[in-house]
Parts: sequence; C-alpha cells; structure tokens
Amino acid sequence: MADITLTVNGQRVSTTVEDRALLVEFLRDALGLTGTHVGCDTSQCGACVVHVDGKAMKSCTMLAAAADGCEVTTIEGVAKGDALHPMQKAFNDNHGLQCGFCTPGMIMSGIDMVARYRADGRTLDEAAIREELEGNICRCTGYHNIVKSIQQAAGEM
Amino acid sequence: MHETTYHRAASVEDASRLLSASDEGQLIAGGQTLIPTMKARLAAPSDLVDISRIGALRGIEVSGRRVTIGAMTTHAEVAGSAELRSVCPGLADLAGLIGDPAVRHRGTIGGSIANNDPASDYPAGVLGLAAVIRTDKREISADDYFEGMFTTALDEGEIILSVSFDAPEACAYAKFPNPASRYALCGVFIAKGADGIRVAVTGAGNDGVFRASALEQALSLDFSPAAVDGVTVDADEMLSDIHGDAAYRANLVKVMAKRALAAM
Ligand SMILES: Cc1cc2nc3c(=O)[nH]c(=O)nc-3n(C[C@H](O)[C@H](O)[C@H](O)COP(=O)(O)OP(=O)(O)OC[C@H]3O[C@@H](n4cnc5c(N)ncnc54)[C@H](O)[C@@H]3O)c2cc1C
Ligand code: FES
Ligand code: FES
Repeated sequence: MADITLTVNGQRVSTTVEDRALLVEFLRDALGLTGTHVGCDTSQCGACVVHVDGKAMKSCTMLAAAADGCEVTTIEGVAKGDALHPMQKAFNDNHGLQCGFCTPGMIMSGIDMVARYRADGRTLDEAAIREELEGNICRCTGYHNIVKSIQQAAGEM
Repeated sequence: MHETTYHRAASVEDASRLLSASDEGQLIAGGQTLIPTMKARLAAPSDLVDISRIGALRGIEVSGRRVTIGAMTTHAEVAGSAELRSVCPGLADLAGLIGDPAVRHRGTIGGSIANNDPASDYPAGVLGLAAVIRTDKREISADDYFEGMFTTALDEGEIILSVSFDAPEACAYAKFPNPASRYALCGVFIAKGADGIRVAVTGAGNDGVFRASALEQALSLDFSPAAVDGVTVDADEMLSDIHGDAAYRANLVKVMAKRALAAM
C-alpha cells in the first residue's frame, strides 16, 4: 500500500491506496468522483482525461501513487459553484454531446488545449482542434459539434 | 492488473539499488507503454521503480549545436522547446507527432527508446541523428543501441540518463501514421550533417528501426527527392501485417523519404 497526499479539485486528500491502483480508480472508487469515465482498456479513448498539475493526462494510464503531491482537477472541479465553465457552457450551447460518455474527457482536453495554445501565442483554429482531439474518441456526435463547442469556448475563456 | 509494489526513486543510484533489490522489478517513467501493457496483463513486474521525479533526468540542454535531452523529458517538452527547434526542428516535429496531447504530457524519450517498439517514432530520430545514449554504466552509439524489435543494447537494470547529438545542418521527419493507432506505419528521418547523409526508417522494417543505406548513398550523390526514385527498397525486409503488406511499406519508405526531403 502507498500513502499519498494530493489535492483534488482544490481539496487536500491524504489516504492510502493499493500500489497498483490507477488514478482513475482512486478518483471514482475512493473519492466517488464518477464524472471521470473509463471508456477503454487500451489508453486510447480519452474519456478519463483529467488535469494533473495543470496538464491533460489519461487517469487510466497513471498510478494513483504517482500522483502523490500533485494537484488534480476533474470534471467536477471546473465549474464555479452553479456557474458552468465556459467549456461546459459551450458544449451545452452547441449540442456538443449525445450520450455524454466522452464529454468529461472532451471538456478536460478542450480546456487544456485552449490554455496551451494561449500560453504559446498560437491560434487554435478548427484544424488545430481536430488535430488536438487525436486522443479523445466520440462514438456519437461525429465530432462537428464538439469542435464548434471548443471553438466557442476558446473565444470565451 | 497484477499486484505490484511501487517505489519512488530519489536518484539514479537509488533507482538502480531498488531495481537490483527487487525480484522482477521494472523502471516506470511516463508509464504510457508500461501501464497499458500491465493492464493487458502482458507485463507483471513485481516492483515498479518510478524515476519520474528525478530532476537530473529532466530537461533539454543546447550548447552551440550540441543537444542533450534528459531521459525523463516528455514528448510535449521536446515538441515545445524553442531552443531545440532553433537548431534541430526535425526532432521537435517528430515528438509532436507522437500519440496525442495527453500521451505527450507523460511519455518520455527514455521510455520510448528503452522500449524500442518497431512502430515508435523516436528510434528513427535517435538513429538518424547518430545520437549517443548515455546510461548509468556507459555511452552507447545509436548504431550499436537498436538491436531489433523491442530489443536494445541495454543490460538488465541499466538506466538511460540522456540522449545527445550534434544538431545536423538540416533534418526532417515524415510519418505515415496508422489510421487507427497513430503509431508509425512508416516514418523516415533524414539528417544531413558534416559526416554525410543518414536515413533512418521506423515502422516499416521487419526487425525494427534501420538505416536505409541505399537511400543514404543515392542522396549523398544527389540530395533531392528525385534521387529517391532510382532506389529499390527491398520488400523482403519489410513488415507485413493487416495494416499494410511488405510491398506497400517498401513504397511508403520512398514516399516518406521524399516528403522528409521536401520539408528540409
Ligand atoms: C494512446 C497511445 C498512443 C501512442 N502513440 C505513439 C506514437 O504514435 N508513436 C510512438 O513512438 N509512441 C507512441 N506511444 C507510446 C509513448 O510514446 C510512450 O510514452 C513511450 O513509448 C514510452 O515512454 P514512457 O516514458 O511512457 O515509458 P514507460 O511506459 O514508463 O516505460 C517503457 C519501458 O521503458 C523502460 N524505461 C523507461 N525509462 C527508462 C530509462 N530511463 N532507462 C531504462 N529503461 C527505461 C521501462 O522499464 C519500460 O520497460 C503511444 C502510447 C499511447 C498510450
Ligand atoms: S479510459 Fe483512459 S484512455 Fe480510455
Ligand atoms: S457523445 Fe456519446 S461518445 Fe461522445
């Protein structure tokens, strides 16, 4: 067992996890943060994307023990009270989801790409969004409205 | 995933000690290959020795044209380094083509070349640049390091510290990604330097990354995309699978070589 202390959505958590526990298992099973989804066994779908120290990462491909000392943000942590994050609002406005399974990962990847492009002074155009969504699979929407949502949020964030 | 015991190494010496004290321990860097492999139960290390917090293994140093990249440097850091890009854009481009943004935030150059997946990108860059792989025991030239699919010159428990090379006059990487996995169906890295032309190919060969010597010879006489036309790439030495047969891959080597040349 591994002792870990980390911050999840602004709250400090100290606990003990199985050495082999994945970060996503810890978030969902121990903390009950079931907004982060598991869509595959092969690290390819991106439904599990969270931010670790401000960067998008697949929580199914990281050990909880390796997140010791880190700041983790999940989909539950992006809204401010009742006010949706601009990325969440944009998915709502643009019908950027159908079943919603991929959506938490899409939103966390969306926020990450907007922040990164802004920091680098690069333009996040439609082609760049499509390229950036490489690691997020959606089986419903055909991606068009997801791309539109991220484009809208990029202007509002 | 089978049970395992997690250790966080404070230093390279610590990692080496933890590895040798373990039964069947393995290093874990970004975990972007090892964790999927463990989840599929294709690997079951008794111990995982995490080297991701060892500061000495991280970072990119450019001094003149000499480049040194720490083993724990992530793909995103390599892709985003303005300093590296200014002397060796080909390698920065290559790193930006690996996987997806989340994979690039965790995956590392050391992990990639330790694994030496025949469809991975870094082996082509590292071999094409005639890099030197420094470990906790010795220095190994890229020509001696890559020994075939998933096989390297690393001894049991040997730890990669860094990869260094002299940035060539010009270099470029062209990749044809597998449409599903995005790993390289064929990737060609071309470097033009003081010691001549080097062409390294990943994804296509039936025994991992290799130098395309016929292409190197043709390009040293005429450094242009047209020179590629006269070269024959032997399909018998290519990989053949559901994603592409050997003749298709042999052709891709030439197409990617031309694209890399056009980008230089
Ligand atoms: C969805 C997905 C898509 C991907 N697409 C691509 C792609 O397009 N192209 C590509 O090239 N790769 C791709 N990868 C693989 C990715 O690049 C990995 O990051 C890389 O192969 C391994 O690096 P790592 O740091 O994650 O290593 P780990 O998974 O932590 O380790 C891999 C192996 O290397 C050993 N190791 C790690 N560091 C060292 C060291 N310093 N010294 C000695 N041994 C060490 C470990 O013991 C282990 O055996 C993809 C991965 C995923 C999950
Ligand atoms: S659940 Fe993490 S990538 Fe699919
Ligand atoms: S909305 Fe159903 S998978 Fe994306």
